[in-house]
Amino acid sequence: MSAHSSSAGEPELGQLARFAVSPARRRKDRIARGAVLTGTVIALIPLVLIVYYLLRKGLGAWSTSFFTTDPTGNTFFGGSNIGGIKSAILGTIEIVALASAIAVPIGIGVAVWLVEYGKNSWFAQAVRFFVDVLTGVPSIVFGLFVYIVLVVGTGSTYAGYKGSIALSLLMLPVVIRSAEVILLLVPAALRESALALGAPRWRVIFNIVLPTALPGMITGVLLAVARAAGETAPLLFTAAATLKTNFNLGGFMNSLPVQIYKDVTSPTTAVVNRAWGAALTLVVMILLLNLIARLIARRSRLA
Amino acid sequence: MTPDGRTQELTGMDPESSSELGRQRQDRSSEATSGPHRITTTATISPPATIGTDPQAKPALNVKLEQLRAFYGNSEQVKGIDLEFRANEVTAIIGPSGCGKSTMVRCINRMHEEIPGARAEGRVLLEDFDVYDPSVDVVAVRRAVGMVFQKPNPFPTMSIFDNVAAGLRLSAKRGGDMRAKVEAALRSAGLWDEVADRLDAPGAGLSGGQQQRLCIARSLAVDPEVILMDEPCSALDPIATLKIEELIDRLKQRVTIVIVTHNMQQAARVADRTAFMLGGELVEIGPTQEIFTKPNDSRTEEYVTGKFG
Repeated sequence: MSAHSSSAGEPELGQLARFAVSPARRRKDRIARGAVLTGTVIALIPLVLIVYYLLRKGLGAWSTSFFTTDPTGNTFFGGSNIGGIKSAILGTIEIVALASAIAVPIGIGVAVWLVEYGKNSWFAQAVRFFVDVLTGVPSIVFGLFVYIVLVVGTGSTYAGYKGSIALSLLMLPVVIRSAEVILLLVPAALRESALALGAPRWRVIFNIVLPTALPGMITGVLLAVARAAGETAPLLFTAAATLKTNFNLGGFMNSLPVQIYKDVTSPTTAVVNRAWGAALTLVVMILLLNLIARLIARRSRLA
Repeated sequence: MTPDGRTQELTGMDPESSSELGRQRQDRSSEATSGPHRITTTATISPPATIGTDPQAKPALNVKLEQLRAFYGNSEQVKGIDLEFRANEVTAIIGPSGCGKSTMVRCINRMHEEIPGARAEGRVLLEDFDVYDPSVDVVAVRRAVGMVFQKPNPFPTMSIFDNVAAGLRLSAKRGGDMRAKVEAALRSAGLWDEVADRLDAPGAGLSGGQQQRLCIARSLAVDPEVILMDEPCSALDPIATLKIEELIDRLKQRVTIVIVTHNMQQAARVADRTAFMLGGELVEIGPTQEIFTKPNDSRTEEYVTGKFG
């Protein structure tokens, strides 16, 4: 009784028709696929255009002196002596580094508390609510807040570290929420087996939970860093703009977004081009940071 | 540290009563060996001489539950159980899904309370001290009572070596020859010969059965006196299961073993005594052979003969 032997010959037409795809179904499938594909292409258009214009206009501004000299502030003589963006690059690195140094440990700490200790208590829920509110606050508000409290409030003036604080406020909710999501993904079974070995909770967190979550947390932190590095508004009235390279976070400090903001409104074509060059530099810097962090994350993961 | 250091650390007992305890334990284990034996079909059990040779090893502990109740929120899952797990014996817990087997076992090393909203009442005695006594350090209890879970769960970021060493490192029992301790634990878990040449490979790269033996090695490394196994073979194939069962048979010379299982044949193969639970209550406990051949309770008989569950 071999059911598979073809003693009955070819299947009859009636049988085939039962399983055939109807033309209506086929049409609907095509329309749905077409709609999804169109959406994808439309979303890609601005992305491609941004990269295209950045490369076309930005690359033209790039040169060795572009990266090695400070802006001169001199926009006369047809823009032949406007200088580069060294102070802006270094300023952005310094400000964002300090902002990350503030926001990342605090943010991860808050996330660990939320996941491992706070859980669903009312206080944890309140913290989550306020973090969500913070995520939605426009960046200029953080700038204003720091301006009121640290610039006007102290009767002093702009400084790089004040810009860092404004940026760290901006990064904090992103770091907290992304780290929380990743920590929740760490299987409960891992915590349990570590606890069952007689490990104190803090050791479970430091030796098991955090290393397991590390690659994911790096991604979240990077998103926050990338967002902060591109912000202009929080820096405008906190770190201000300046021409000279400054390694003292207590002084005025230039940054790429602020430099772009000032340059792009200039009547001098060369200065506008410098804005494009600076924009491309910013994008490349964030891309590099991404790459490096991904490599680190890959190396640190065993499986 | 004295061989009995942990017991003292937990109970604060004076050494005299502690040695008294040791004598009681010896009595009990000799009693256990002369008692009725398991009905076994496995002929391939390896010679047990490899275990229990460690002079530092602590004697297995008697575990006693007194009116143990466990709750999830307001729902009572374990409804007042009195039960004794004898030192150097394997006790199997059988019963249908949701009857509270796992919950009860997780109360012994206080893992039950790790679930939000979960709590337990009653007493769990390791020899003479109650693990639910307010003065007891939960961490110390868990070092004395190891646990192996249903799904093999080696730490994914760690190598085979580090997985076993993790028990020692996490519980801050550093010092001594880490490598020797890891090797001893892997040998005890019957895994050494398979992994000796790749200790630095990720633990997650092993097969399911090897991973589970790695987890057993990990819990053995901290030198527990009791090991709780919560359906340790349910995710494994029959050959891997057999290896774990042989291992359980050898390990009982060194520790008290409580094994929760859905597999009645497994209970029949490995357990000296078997307890049958139903609806959060203990129906009966007795020598495995009796539970499976002439149980006292009709519900046990119905369950072991496959009429329900």
